[in-house]
Amino acid sequence: MFDIERWQEIFDTIRKNKLRTFLTGLSVASGIFILVILLGFGQGLQNGVANEFAEDASNRIWVWTQTTTKEYKGLNPGRPIQLRNENHKFIERQFKEELDHRSAVFRIRDASVYYKKEVLSYSVQGISYGYQFIDNQHMSAGRFINQLDEESAAKVVVISNKIRREVFDKDQDPVNEFLDIAGIKFKIVGVYGDHGGDREEERIFIPITTAQRVFNGADRVNNLSYTLKPASSFNEAVEASLNFDEGLQKYLREAHIVAPDDPSAINTFNSLREARRYYNLVDGMKMFFWFVGICTIIAGVVGVSNIMLIVVKDRTREIGIRKALGAKPWSIIAMILHESTFITAISGFGGLIFSMAILEFLGPYIEIEYVLNPSVNFNVAISTVFVLILAGMIAGFFPAWRAARIHTIEALRDE
Amino acid sequence: MATMIEIKDLHKSYQMGKNSLHVLKGIDFSAEEGELVAIMGSSGSGKSTLLNILGLLDVADSGEYLLDGKLIKNLNETKAAKYRNKFLGFIFQSFNLINYKSALENVTLPLYYQGVNRKERQRKAMKYLEMVGLKEWSHHLPNELSGGQKQRVAIARAMVGEPKVILADELTGALDSTTSYEVMDVIQKINDQGNTILVVTHENDIAHMCKRIIYLKDGVIEEDKKIKQVRASEYVQ
Ligand SMILES: Nc1ncnc2c1ncn2[C@@H]1O[C@H](COP(=O)(O)OP(=O)(O)OP(=O)(O)O)[C@@H](O)[C@H]1O
Ligand SMILES: [Mg+2]
Repeated sequence: MFDIERWQEIFDTIRKNKLRTFLTGLSVASGIFILVILLGFGQGLQNGVANEFAEDASNRIWVWTQTTTKEYKGLNPGRPIQLRNENHKFIERQFKEELDHRSAVFRIRDASVYYKKEVLSYSVQGISYGYQFIDNQHMSAGRFINQLDEESAAKVVVISNKIRREVFDKDQDPVNEFLDIAGIKFKIVGVYGDHGGDREEERIFIPITTAQRVFNGADRVNNLSYTLKPASSFNEAVEASLNFDEGLQKYLREAHIVAPDDPSAINTFNSLREARRYYNLVDGMKMFFWFVGICTIIAGVVGVSNIMLIVVKDRTREIGIRKALGAKPWSIIAMILHESTFITAISGFGGLIFSMAILEFLGPYIEIEYVLNPSVNFNVAISTVFVLILAGMIAGFFPAWRAARIHTIEALRDE
Repeated sequence: MATMIEIKDLHKSYQMGKNSLHVLKGIDFSAEEGELVAIMGSSGSGKSTLLNILGLLDVADSGEYLLDGKLIKNLNETKAAKYRNKFLGFIFQSFNLINYKSALENVTLPLYYQGVNRKERQRKAMKYLEMVGLKEWSHHLPNELSGGQKQRVAIARAMVGEPKVILADELTGALDSTTSYEVMDVIQKINDQGNTILVVTHENDIAHMCKRIIYLKDGVIEEDKKIKQVRASEYVQ
């Protein structure tokens, strides 16, 4: 129903009541603006957390031990727990089906490392060949420790990009060079990079078998680390990893005679459990943003209705005049509704476009931890505007209806 | 000559809590086409009440009302609005112009509700503004006009829809006497063209510029007399 005469009448009214129009529009536009920005940040937060967990293989489980804190089966608390090769082997057999990659880790303290005459202060770790995939390292030269190195306790070493930068000349190829570790020559077979950056590139890797032999490790290991085979959904993956986690703890506690409720003797870090916690947190925050956003919208609607009420009150006499001159009640309602809908729609879309533009142009530059590229689902935003317009109409309807009901004579008497 | 307005035994009371105020107690009255009638009476005698009923802004409790031969009965709001728009023009003491609209736009309003297109509205409105001598003021807002000018805009607005009857409630009540005569001069001129006009007034001199005076007292018409009309033009300049 496009009635040009009505539109002209409305534009007339709007043009001549600029402040009123501006205030109504502002409350709608700011409501939409706040909602879109909030939703955008909710999305950004989700993106950020997802990104954070994408860096490490996301279904990683890591085991470390401390001393016991509880008496159990006649053993005193304060007993250190030492993981051993047999633990690793047992788990490997027991969970063959579930496991994707596995590696025991033997950390060497105070190893003296030299390249030629230069002392290198990096930590040395003995690992299995699967460790590359567990810690998500990529090779920038050569290869990682392989199965053969491990089985033959080869004297080979993998260094990081950072070490290469700091120790070798720019155009020097470190592969096939030799490092001196505790007086033994190790051949460099590869250079790795870690997504975690420099902090994660302070480590030198050698085969765990070599490490245990050279550094009197016997069958001791410091950590066990695993990744599980991928599942078809996030929830299934969490489920599987929690099961594995539980089975693993049960076995280790039995094997080392640790009380089932000892909180710190045997510890696991389960990346999916952590991820789930973050995702739950993010979900919670998104819910909260929605809640705040919807409250904002409600406040906007209340604001618009309030303004409409005042506007109608303000125009009581005008409405009386129009009625005396022949305006039908419905044409009064239609006029006020048409006007309020038009203003709500224009300012709603204005707020939408403005806030989307801000997200679009500034979003990619926002670098807060755990917030990545805030953006908003266009459909969601559009729907909100329509909801707001509808709400504006409902908000406008009652004052309009009341106005149309006012007795003409009363209305004319209004000051 | 056709009978424009005919009312028989019209009653109207106002309910105020438990008390009821019987204002009109059986009014019989008729007006022919082209008449210019003054309605007089003391304050509170029911002049405005009567005029509002005639103007379809209010309804009587009982009695019969024929407007241009049509029986007015049980009108809903929409129908009443339509009749007002088509048959009636109003002039009020307090002008009742829409203050954000120019003189011209105010005058076009009844035509807007008649569904006349914009161009035609403006043409007609200009014609009537010219008739009341305000052609040059058409684009001014009401608050840029004097009282007399405002009332002339209101007269143009009442005229523009070419209604059968024009109803004026104390149209000179807010004006000084010179301005009142100027306004009455316009009223007489449009009456000369055959318009039926009812004027509620307190002022004797204004009443005597009409052709007939009726006096309301205690809810009935106490006196109804034809008079010799005084021409307002004699008092202007
Ligand atoms: N809406 C109303 N509710 C209750 N009483 C009313 C209402 N309108 C008018 N009255 C009363 O009815 C009586 C007639 O009022 P009306 O306005 O018709 O008088 P009037 O002759 O026009 O007086 P005035 O010369 O002062 O304008 C008055 O006593 C008035 O108080
Ligand atoms: Mg009165």
